[in-house]
Amino acid sequence: MTWAMIGRITDIPRRGARCIETPQGKIAVFRTAEDRVFAIEDHCPHKGGPLSQGIVHGAAVTCPLHNWVISLETGKALGADEGAVRTIPIKVEGEMLFIALAALSDCAA
Amino acid sequence: MTPHDIARVQTSSAKTAPIADAAEKDASAVTKTERLVIVGNGMAPGRMLEHLFERAPGRYTVTIFNAEPRVNYDRIMLSPVLSGEKSYEQIIIHGDGWYIKNGITLYKGHKIVSIDRDAKTVTSDRGVVEPYDKLVIATGSVPFILPVPGNNLAGVLSYRDLDDVNAMLLAAQSRTKAIVIGGGLLGLEAAAGLEAQGMDVTVLHLMPTLMERQLDPAAGYLLQKAIEDRGIKVICKASTKAIIGEKKVEGVELADGRLIPATLVVMAAGIKPNAGLAKDAGLSSNRGIVVDAGMRTTDPNIFAVGECAEVGGHVYGLVAPLYEMARVAAEHLVDSSSTAAFVHSDTPTKLKVTGIDLFSIGDFADGEDRNEIVLRDASAGVYKRIILKDNRIIGTVLYGETADGAWFNDLKKKQVDITDMRDTLIFGQAYQGGSPLDPMAAVAALPDDAEICGCNGVCKGRIVGVIQEKGLTSLDDVRAHTKASASCGSCTGLVEQLMALTLGESYNPAAVQPMCGCTTLGHDDVRRLIKAKNLKNVFAVMQELEWTTSCGCAKCRPALNYYLVCDWPGEYADDYQSRFINERVHANIQKDGTYSVVPRMWGGVTSAKELRAIADVVDKFDIPTVKVTGGQRIDMLGIKKEDLPAVWADLGKAGFVSGHAYAKGLRTVKTCVGTDWCRFGTQDSTGFGIRIEKFMWGSWTPAKVKMAVSGCPRNCAEATCKDVGVICVDSGYEIHFAGAAGLDIKGTEVLGLVKTEDEALKVIVALVQMYREQARYLERIYKWAKRVTIAEIRRQVLDDLEKRQGYYERFVYSQKFAQVDPWSERVSGLHKHEFKPMATIGMPQAAE
Repeated sequence: MTWAMIGRITDIPRRGARCIETPQGKIAVFRTAEDRVFAIEDHCPHKGGPLSQGIVHGAAVTCPLHNWVISLETGKALGADEGAVRTIPIKVEGEMLFIALAALSDCAA
Repeated sequence: MTPHDIARVQTSSAKTAPIADAAEKDASAVTKTERLVIVGNGMAPGRMLEHLFERAPGRYTVTIFNAEPRVNYDRIMLSPVLSGEKSYEQIIIHGDGWYIKNGITLYKGHKIVSIDRDAKTVTSDRGVVEPYDKLVIATGSVPFILPVPGNNLAGVLSYRDLDDVNAMLLAAQSRTKAIVIGGGLLGLEAAAGLEAQGMDVTVLHLMPTLMERQLDPAAGYLLQKAIEDRGIKVICKASTKAIIGEKKVEGVELADGRLIPATLVVMAAGIKPNAGLAKDAGLSSNRGIVVDAGMRTTDPNIFAVGECAEVGGHVYGLVAPLYEMARVAAEHLVDSSSTAAFVHSDTPTKLKVTGIDLFSIGDFADGEDRNEIVLRDASAGVYKRIILKDNRIIGTVLYGETADGAWFNDLKKKQVDITDMRDTLIFGQAYQGGSPLDPMAAVAALPDDAEICGCNGVCKGRIVGVIQEKGLTSLDDVRAHTKASASCGSCTGLVEQLMALTLGESYNPAAVQPMCGCTTLGHDDVRRLIKAKNLKNVFAVMQELEWTTSCGCAKCRPALNYYLVCDWPGEYADDYQSRFINERVHANIQKDGTYSVVPRMWGGVTSAKELRAIADVVDKFDIPTVKVTGGQRIDMLGIKKEDLPAVWADLGKAGFVSGHAYAKGLRTVKTCVGTDWCRFGTQDSTGFGIRIEKFMWGSWTPAKVKMAVSGCPRNCAEATCKDVGVICVDSGYEIHFAGAAGLDIKGTEVLGLVKTEDEALKVIVALVQMYREQARYLERIYKWAKRVTIAEIRRQVLDDLEKRQGYYERFVYSQKFAQVDPWSERVSGLHKHEFKPMATIGMPQAAE
């Protein structure tokens, strides 16, 4: 698995997200209040809303378009809604963040 | 009289004409409807008409003459209006719409001065002559004015109608001394109301104990103590000799020589039936207008109902028998051969003074053939006495603990032999038959025909039946369908218990909708606790109020952020991560993840320079759609997020700031061209709209706030469906609010008319600040206003100048921190991270 460096954890506000541009589309990288980080496709399973723009609470994000709540840990919709987005492996080394490129190409497949 | 009062009186008198028109149309459409004329518009004729319309709709064309200039309201509730617990609007029984719907012609402020029984017409003091086929006299009663010197001085009032209450409320503003003459039901309610309004009150009562007609001396003594504990002085055996004063009241002189100073004297020493009109018409009258058991006077075409009627030698003042008269009269109006008859029955007495529970019914005098059961609990202030004759209850007095009143009343009515339960009778129903002490058990055990609501004669079986049949779940619904607890309200607890019993766990009257799944607290509690506990950031709120999640959710976080922004201006640092994306990046997200941008055009006015700048931006950033909005602005749609700061930079150079089209805050103030151009304009509506917008832009509010200013009542700016609207008129500015034209459509309410633009601005600002401080997040003004009542809002921002100024100043202070253009902040680099990707990887053109 190839890891690509994407920046520092401090580039993302706590309870916030930033985007990574890739040929296969946008990846949303989240940082929770407790400094846990997650990466998922920036594409709500409901109508494709940009999850990176949602409100981050606990280890979940609420989509800004129609309020679906997506688990950052599993990528699955929580509550009554059904659907899932792909999660992308991410690791923190010191301050630096890396995502798994292999997962990216899976994305495209 | 305040300006808005004038405005409302004009509105209502203007309405009289269309109502009359409607009635005439109806009359011509239906052949041979009989003409029913009613003199008086109180609770008894109102109830009679309800019965009549239900039993024989369309049978009569109805005309009402009301000496009071208003619709039918609940006189029993005047005391809560006096004490400030309710507003006039809350006690209206039939609003204007009811009269229109039923084709009734209502003459407000017309007093009937004569009846011509031969010609079958009545004549009003304003010269209207109205013919009738059937006439109902419902002139009510007049207060008994003591025949003592000085009884006509200014400052001597009676306590009968809303005018009296308004006069007392006005007098109470002086916060000086008041005397209430009469320690009966009405007098004590008046005293408690005046005390609540800040007056120093003394009650003068001729008899040795209070309410001696309803209470025995022991209960009267407890009542006197409770009244005195509230700071009201009580003087019993006080015989009024004269009311002293030059032009105005200065005090009361008692027969024993004592002088008691006062600036207000309220006579509540009793009432007498108002039978003068009937007497002049030659109808038989005694204490009241004499009627038979079918409520007919000595003229078969004339009925009398209410306090003015004397039936079987009795006159009545409590609502239950009056409503019974109404029912009987309606039956006879429907069917002249009806056998419906009014039968005398005892009515329980209850005092409507908050915190004092008393109940009395029947006969409680001592006597050889009677015995009694008494329970006293001095420390709890409880006194119960049951009077028995031949082992049957003939009277009950309860003080301090009245829950079993309905049960005792039921036993009395049915003349139940109580021998078997005599030992435990006084403890109440819950103790009978060894059943456990469950407050619900008492209600459960009541038979179906037990009376729950004395005022409206509604029994348990009917309430339970309607709840089940119609699937009712709220108290308001039950009131609407059965009228139970809809008059004096003292049986509300019983009705709620019945609902709980019938609906089981699905009924939860105290249920507060929690803000979200993270807490059990509702919005109002959270707002209160933020202030009370001095909580100044989102984490402190969640910690102190025991949120069940670590950092809230997408529902509570924006709400909390708003409450903190509103409550702690200058202290609280806005938590952008708790804001919805639109407010975080100051643009509106669209379905494809692009954004739309709406620059502010003050009052909807723009210029060639501004339009040119917009055109240039559209070209430069290849913006796909440009659209004019409903709020008189220009919307540019389909802008990529990364482009936003550059778009704003170019717009900023042309002088544009954010239009806040995305905000739970002040959106737009629409205007028409007013006196600048329009031949009908009465004021500078454009200028005023711009002034409001420049004053209020940038403020955050619970939900969006849209405004408009129209220069004349033609209302081209459509101000009457806005959150706040202004209609300019020659005499000033009519301020409207609580309109809606979205999910709900609702015309505005009139807040009031003010003379100057400065005052109009102040009132609008105060209104919005009150809304900011009180409403629940995402609750629009019209929903908030429905909850807190129009009257209360009017009182706080229009009538109470001190409150208005307070709201105004708090808004102005908060604006010091709010009026910063978010676009220029971001052009200067704030929140850069929002508008740039964190990284670009694997892209062919990627060059880092």
